[in-house]
Amino acid sequence: MGPFITLTRRELAGHFLSFRGYVILAGVQFLLGLSLLLIVDVLNNQPFDLPITEKFPSTGLFWLVLLLVTPVITMRTFAREKSTGTFETLMTTPVSDLQVVLAKFSGAFGFYLLTFLPMAAFPFILKHYAAVFPEVDAGPVASTFLGIALLGSFFMALGCFASSLTRSQIVAAMVSFTLGTGIFMVGLLGEISPPTDTPLYAALKYISVLEHMKDFSSGIIDSRHIVFYLSLTAVFLFLTCQTIGSRRWK
Amino acid sequence: MAESTHDIPTPKPMIEVENLTKLYGSQPAIRDVSFTVGRGEIVGFLGPNGAGKSTTMRILAGFLAATGGTVRVVGHDVADASREVRRCVGFMPENNPLHSDMRVREYLKFRARLKGLDRQTSRNRVDEVIEQFDLTDAARQMIGELSKGYRQRVGLADALVHEPAVIILDEPTIGLDPHQVRTVRQCIKQLAENHTVLISSHILPEVEVTCTKLMIFHEGRVVAANTPANLELKLGGQQRITVELEAEPDVLETAWEEMAEVEHHRITPAEGRYQRCRLTPRDGMDLRPEIAALARTRGWPLRELTRDRHTLEDIFVHITREDED
Repeated sequence: MGPFITLTRRELAGHFLSFRGYVILAGVQFLLGLSLLLIVDVLNNQPFDLPITEKFPSTGLFWLVLLLVTPVITMRTFAREKSTGTFETLMTTPVSDLQVVLAKFSGAFGFYLLTFLPMAAFPFILKHYAAVFPEVDAGPVASTFLGIALLGSFFMALGCFASSLTRSQIVAAMVSFTLGTGIFMVGLLGEISPPTDTPLYAALKYISVLEHMKDFSSGIIDSRHIVFYLSLTAVFLFLTCQTIGSRRWK
Repeated sequence: MAESTHDIPTPKPMIEVENLTKLYGSQPAIRDVSFTVGRGEIVGFLGPNGAGKSTTMRILAGFLAATGGTVRVVGHDVADASREVRRCVGFMPENNPLHSDMRVREYLKFRARLKGLDRQTSRNRVDEVIEQFDLTDAARQMIGELSKGYRQRVGLADALVHEPAVIILDEPTIGLDPHQVRTVRQCIKQLAENHTVLISSHILPEVEVTCTKLMIFHEGRVVAANTPANLELKLGGQQRITVELEAEPDVLETAWEEMAEVEHHRITPAEGRYQRCRLTPRDGMDLRPEIAALARTRGWPLRELTRDRHTLEDIFVHITREDED
């Protein structure tokens, strides 16, 4: 357990030791702020009777953050260590592959969550400035954050896996961007295709990240979604472990 | 042809390697390598790039797995007990990779914690290695801003911070200036008092002065393993003497033929009226005093008298030729 904590701390700190970390933070804050503006704009034109969180994913900016920023956060996890050679010094200490993978993942995931932290203030900002604003309903806000965390953990695991495949950070970012966008597109396909009764359509709906986020943002916590993301995260972390361990294959 | 190592006293073996083989795809990196290293020995791996030194070291350090053969470090099998092995090995890879965005003390503490030392022990050990490698001035500096000599010492300090029984250093002096090389060499010599040390190099004098045993790698095999003194003895026949004298070629010709210790000679004219003679002495004898005396008695002006130190290349030529015979 000790080495895991040491490594996670190092991973998390690593994001703040480079200029890149602050660029990511600033970029995400800009996009999230923009999405707040869009929500305010919608509210100004046609007030609605639903939780405001529901408008959050539909502004599209959240997806931009998820698809563009997660590859940039995770690209360095393994690729950087491999290209500088520190991967060798790391893997010759008595830590297990699993500890390393989990620590890298936790560091990246922690940073991802931190970038979303200022968003917790949004409902209060709205409440403060709106002329008429009912109580903030904590339920949908919490479930939206749960959705952000779950989708994030999946994309982080995907990014770690991509990073473990290569020693080039750019390639790692491109691979995870491509995979992530592919998954997003599948969801989009379910969104734009006319509803039918075919099992294919049902499957599309079931794996649609857009559909999942829609549920989370409207305050629905569906255990299927939770299982979906947790198991995908586990699968990609397992695959990462395998790639890391592949150097010991005979 | 692997040399027998029985003439070297090996106490309890710290490293036992038997029939080690590593394939990259179908390309063999090391083939059928066997050796043992005892406590307190400094063993030098010598060979050109791609001879299998780094691969062997990486397997010993638990980074790569072997394709065949067994490796035991301090009694632990590298394949079955990789973590135990890693606990008792301090490894510094080629080019000494470090986290350039960390400060020296911070980095060493991070490494000590990773290697399983508790908070208090790691603090004490970090202080000790900082003292030992004279890093006190640099302790608060960023590693990325350090000079190469300092970086090398940080790498050594890291390899030692968890007090490993075996220390493996891959090309520890590459890219350093002569002064830094001497400092690093001094450090390595001190280590041998309490540790077993493996170092690799492709420069012979580099390992010759530090090591108690040399292993020469060639195309993935250990072609010779012996003490530096024995290797030199074996290769003595290869040593040549170069003399430049001012005398008639035919006079020199007869003089060398009369000298029984000269096995072979070749005379070529040099600039001026000098003749350049390349002499191969019998049994690697050092003929320089005799030649100097001869020049004095005959009254030949002498402007050069050197004994060629055998280069790594000579050793390879010699050993691989023996292989083919």
